[in-house]
Amino acid sequence: MDKKEIKKLLLNGCEASAEGAIDAGCKFYAGYPITPQNRFPEYMSRRMPEEGGIFIQAESEISAINMVFGAAAAGVRAMTSSSSPGISLKQEGISYLAGCELPAVIINMNRGGPGLGDVTPSQSDYFQSTRGGGHGDYRTIVLAPWNVQEIYDLTYLAFDLADRYRIPVIVLADGMIAQIMEPVKRKKKKENLPQKKWALTGCKGRKPNSIKSLFLKPGVLETHNWKLARKYRKIEEKEVRSECYFCDDMDLLVVSFGTCARISLEAVNIAREKKIKVGLFRPITLWPFPYEELSKLAEKVGKILVVEMNLGQMIEDVKIANKNNARIFFYGRPGGGVPTPEEIFKEIKKI
Amino acid sequence: MKPVYKKPESLTDNITIYCPGCGHGIIHRLIAEVIDELGIREKTIATAPVGCAVLAYDYFNFDVTETAHGRGPAVATGIKRVLPDRIVFTYQGDGDLAAIGTAEIVHAAARGENITVIFVNNAVYGMTKGQMAPTTLPGQTTTTTPYGRDPSYHGYPIRVCELLSTLEGVSYLERTLIDTPANILKTKRAIKKAFIYQIENKGFSLIEILSPCPTNWKMTPSQAFKWTAEVMTKIFPPGIYKDKYKKGEK
Ligand SMILES: Cc1ncc(C[n+]2csc(CCOP(=O)(O)OP(=O)(O)O)c2C)c(N)n1
Repeated sequence: MDKKEIKKLLLNGCEASAEGAIDAGCKFYAGYPITPQNRFPEYMSRRMPEEGGIFIQAESEISAINMVFGAAAAGVRAMTSSSSPGISLKQEGISYLAGCELPAVIINMNRGGPGLGDVTPSQSDYFQSTRGGGHGDYRTIVLAPWNVQEIYDLTYLAFDLADRYRIPVIVLADGMIAQIMEPVKRKKKKENLPQKKWALTGCKGRKPNSIKSLFLKPGVLETHNWKLARKYRKIEEKEVRSECYFCDDMDLLVVSFGTCARISLEAVNIAREKKIKVGLFRPITLWPFPYEELSKLAEKVGKILVVEMNLGQMIEDVKIANKNNARIFFYGRPGGGVPTPEEIFKEIKKI
Repeated sequence: MKPVYKKPESLTDNITIYCPGCGHGIIHRLIAEVIDELGIREKTIATAPVGCAVLAYDYFNFDVTETAHGRGPAVATGIKRVLPDRIVFTYQGDGDLAAIGTAEIVHAAARGENITVIFVNNAVYGMTKGQMAPTTLPGQTTTTTPYGRDPSYHGYPIRVCELLSTLEGVSYLERTLIDTPANILKTKRAIKKAFIYQIENKGFSLIEILSPCPTNWKMTPSQAFKWTAEVMTKIFPPGIYKDKYKKGEK
């Protein structure tokens, strides 16, 4: 049966993200194997040719992100995927994409670190993703799915955001989402995407285009950075996404993202069954972070429990959002540790 | 009046940052002449390196992108794969291509990417003011080999044409000089052949050009040109290192 005809698929997170990309009109994938996202390049090696796109197994993550740079410069929707150590290697390339204002989508199936770490799910790359990651004063949009359907949806969205703002977009998932299988409802496939006037396609009938992030004349880079800053402010105004559960009536707010938010919701459900008034706030965009939304909730509730699969990274953004001195508690599992709902519920009860 | 000689359309009017006697200007012009002659200016896309030629997009009158240091072959791969009917070339120095970008050049060559590489070997890191390059000659003093390059301490120079010639994905490799008008014309013929190979979908080609850097070599321009011919060629002999489609062979 023709894949295009099928509206619902059973996929793991790598495959779902790949299908989201394909349906968004992605025609170029370059990657390098690394657990827990090996399924990504494997799947794309079959799907890209089927879709008239290009798949390249690069010699390294450095090369892969630079191939993506080239394809993006040529005006094509392009992506790469990797996991933490590989994402570190891509940072120089991501910085160049940001400086050159090239759209691209980068999937990070976060695993435990630092160093080679382990291959189990982690959220240890929050800082790296949300603070720029590479050198220079820049931002990337960071989307954090919490299940397989959402990695499809957010990958699909990522390409639109990348093109709209000419910015690299990171989808920060983890080894859990990468590997579990769930049903996925697909969206309308994008065809005939608009031409990009700035792209390098050969200068037939126009002046030559150039793509660069180098501005040597005094003050010019500063002007360029201010231009980027205006773009970042606009994204902060328009693209913040988050979700609340049980937030109308609560004594404690759990704040968590991605897989950890999904597990936290289970813990919140357990608490609610026991008549403990707990809510859940889940940032979907990690940058721009939903400061205002969280700030309003923090005003209503005196206590916040931040739950992350790391030593406490998003908690810094929660602290920025917390303008009214709500007490902030933290529960985290670093190094690839995944909490159970019961574990989180125990923390809830302690507060 | 009919002009008998003019600037190629593929070059802009911008004044270059190159030092007097530098080879980059000559090589830019040869590329531009070839692109004009082949009538491919409007479908050419180039990658500029990180190195003295970093501003190549200001000098070439066609589409050019910046690249991170050494990543030209990966960027060019991305461009060429999605726009296979365009003509794509990388322009790279020896630090860019044979040190930080070694993996990218070897693998682009191994994949047989249908791109052209213009490799400018000036035996030093020009832009950062004359440190040792992977092509620095034994005995050569640079700012990081103040006592001269000692192979037992700094290792040996890398011969890129020889290295790549073992790869099946490669179609055409030639090393040339630009020290005399005859050699400049020879270099132009090599560049032209490499572009024609790409137009004919014949795969990966690289032209390595031994190029003077009088400023960092602390020589006059004429001494520097002489040095490329008399000293550099001992380690980097000019010639064709591979030609898959040489008439009579295949
Ligand atoms: C990642 C990174 N490392 C180092 C540099 C600094 N750098 C700029 S140009 C250059 C050397 C260029 O030498 P070469 O490729 O031989 O070209 P040339 O300037 O001689 O033409 C270096 C090391 C950089 N820009 N980026």
